[in-house]
Amino acid sequence: MTAYILRRVAAMLPTLIIVSIVSFIIIQLPPGDFFTTLQAEIAQSGGGQDKETVKKMQERYGLDKPLYVQYLRWVSGFPRGDFGWSLEWNSPVLPIVLKRMAYTTLVGGLSLVFMVVVAIPIGIYSATHQYSISDHALSFLGFLGLSLPGFLLALLWMFFGAIVLRIPVGGEMSLEMADAPWSLAKLLDYLNHLWPPAVILGLASTAQLQRIMRGNLLDVLGQQYITTARAKGLAERKVVNKYAVRVAINPLISVMAMEIPKIISESTIVGIVMSVPTTGPLLLRALLSQDMYLAGTFLLFMSLLLMVSNLLADIALAWADPRIVYT
Amino acid sequence: MSDLATKSEELYKLYEGLADTSEDLEEAELEDLTTRKSLEAIYAASQWRLMWRKFIRNKVAIVGGVVILLYYLSALFAGLLAPYTLSTRFAKYIHMPPQRVHFFNDGKFQPFVYDVTLEIDENLRKIYEPDLTKKVPLQFFAHGEPYKLFGLIETDIHLFQAPGAIVSLLGTDRQGRDMFSRVLYGSQVSLTIGLLGVLLSLSFGTVLGVASGYYGGWVDDLIQRLIELVRSFPAIPLWMALSAAVPPHWPPLRTYFVVTLILSVIGWTWLARQLRGKVLALRNEDFVLAAKLAGASDARIIFRHLVPATFGHIIVVSTLAMPAMILAETALSFLGLGLRPPITSWGVLLKEVQNIQSIALYPWVFTPAAAIAIAILAFNFLGDGLRDASDPYTI
Repeated sequence: MTAYILRRVAAMLPTLIIVSIVSFIIIQLPPGDFFTTLQAEIAQSGGGQDKETVKKMQERYGLDKPLYVQYLRWVSGFPRGDFGWSLEWNSPVLPIVLKRMAYTTLVGGLSLVFMVVVAIPIGIYSATHQYSISDHALSFLGFLGLSLPGFLLALLWMFFGAIVLRIPVGGEMSLEMADAPWSLAKLLDYLNHLWPPAVILGLASTAQLQRIMRGNLLDVLGQQYITTARAKGLAERKVVNKYAVRVAINPLISVMAMEIPKIISESTIVGIVMSVPTTGPLLLRALLSQDMYLAGTFLLFMSLLLMVSNLLADIALAWADPRIVYT
Repeated sequence: MSDLATKSEELYKLYEGLADTSEDLEEAELEDLTTRKSLEAIYAASQWRLMWRKFIRNKVAIVGGVVILLYYLSALFAGLLAPYTLSTRFAKYIHMPPQRVHFFNDGKFQPFVYDVTLEIDENLRKIYEPDLTKKVPLQFFAHGEPYKLFGLIETDIHLFQAPGAIVSLLGTDRQGRDMFSRVLYGSQVSLTIGLLGVLLSLSFGTVLGVASGYYGGWVDDLIQRLIELVRSFPAIPLWMALSAAVPPHWPPLRTYFVVTLILSVIGWTWLARQLRGKVLALRNEDFVLAAKLAGASDARIIFRHLVPATFGHIIVVSTLAMPAMILAETALSFLGLGLRPPITSWGVLLKEVQNIQSIALYPWVFTPAAAIAIAILAFNFLGDGLRDASDPYTI
């Protein structure tokens, strides 16, 4: 197992190198660079820098060099933890990115927990009450959850929260709390702003998981050993929970693994709509202002997060199902 | 033998839905004859026929299919159905709420709307009230603003018009433009971009997926690595980065096609994987061997035998891929990265409601979201039904 994990990690390296090259090319695609964009912005508001200044700045940051030189300069800093300089924020890229990645991971992780806690009981209930009205209702809700994209749900929630419930929605925490020292009230406020994006991100995947859990459990419940258990006079609760659910739950891990990329990807746009500090809002700004090292590092780190979570899912699968042996 | 008979009987019941077997003995014999005939029809029926039979039994899928058909029809006839064009502005009626259409005028059928009066309250908010003294009957197939039907035929006939007044079923936006007309015109862009995007991903995905499954070896390895590489990027950030590179000054049509291309960059990988699996299972079948022995070239085997064999699967997969495409376009345009005005898509329309304030005060500008949600739901229902029907030999 250890050898397998090491091999997988080693295999990530070439992929990451190619991903870094592709990211770099993509962020270089728009015409112009940070300084020309900045100048265009300044010119729009009436001011103006002369061409000479722009040229000097470009020279200073090496933007006049050929692409591969710029790329190599960027990559050569990686081992030292130097991922470039954000021209817009005037600070190293790494701390900005890490902070956002941490929040994304937190929200994503929470939505995974939400998914499991909600989908599995609903799936079990639907399967044990097959074709009942509540089963149909839950299935329809699941379909609805599957069909509404994250950002629409986020918009709906903002609307519902702000207009109907009249509670503050969006943002990392309330404005008046942002500068206050940490206290219980601040923590509660923080949590109050944390769960809506997590739930919204998890909803679509919950629907998916619930459908599959229902199907799996129905398959298992039709097996002979379940009939045997029932024939022996075992309590129905025991038959379902101890015999059937345990077996039906295993395949869900691979389903969850497939949902992780979706959550990471959706977190950007949900973050933008709800203005929570996932990678989304900053990535969008960096892309628009052509703050290329920041945008590139975001792409790189999100790909890394995706690969790592895929690896973790594979390990979890092997851990849960002893029949799977990786060599 | 009797086993076979009961099997046939079951099949017969399944496909014809005639479960009534409690007939008199004499009639049973007669029945038996017709049964055999229908059974023959079932056995002789082509796979497509069986699929169709199974499909039309799925009511939810039918509803989904009909809704989608209506969507595309209304997109096709958007100019006729919409009372106004994209650029029609009513400077007098900014952010006007939806009007109610009354169908009966003094007991006889004559749809009309009330004229609208505008008042400004003490908060300087605009209050629109129907003027109950002025009924404006709707005129059908009346002359209005000129437009081009299907982009070709110049005409000025609209399905309905309210001469001398405004008729706005979904209210107006911040520039006084009719939301109903805008949602209709928006569907043209949003629905076709989904279709084009899927077609594009389908052509990449089919060629690469089928080649990957058929040839195996290094071709397979290369294509699979490429797919893995593309998939190691999270989808939405990659789309965002790519569409940020589309210069804002490009002409609308070029932007439209480039955005479609960007959306297919990721879509093809999924289709390719699905088709590869299908072809891997099919390539050892006898009919492929027979074609090979008959001296057919690889290209002929692929396009003449393998691709048609996966056709049902392709249709299912592309129906299920449509919602993702439409949503991706909507999301990107919503962020201001995909399509931009003057192109009007559902995403572009939604971009206007990015702040809570406008949703709170003018909830009707949110209607494009409902149009999207219904379309997505319909596509999912249809896709699910098609998936079940694509395998007509299981119950």
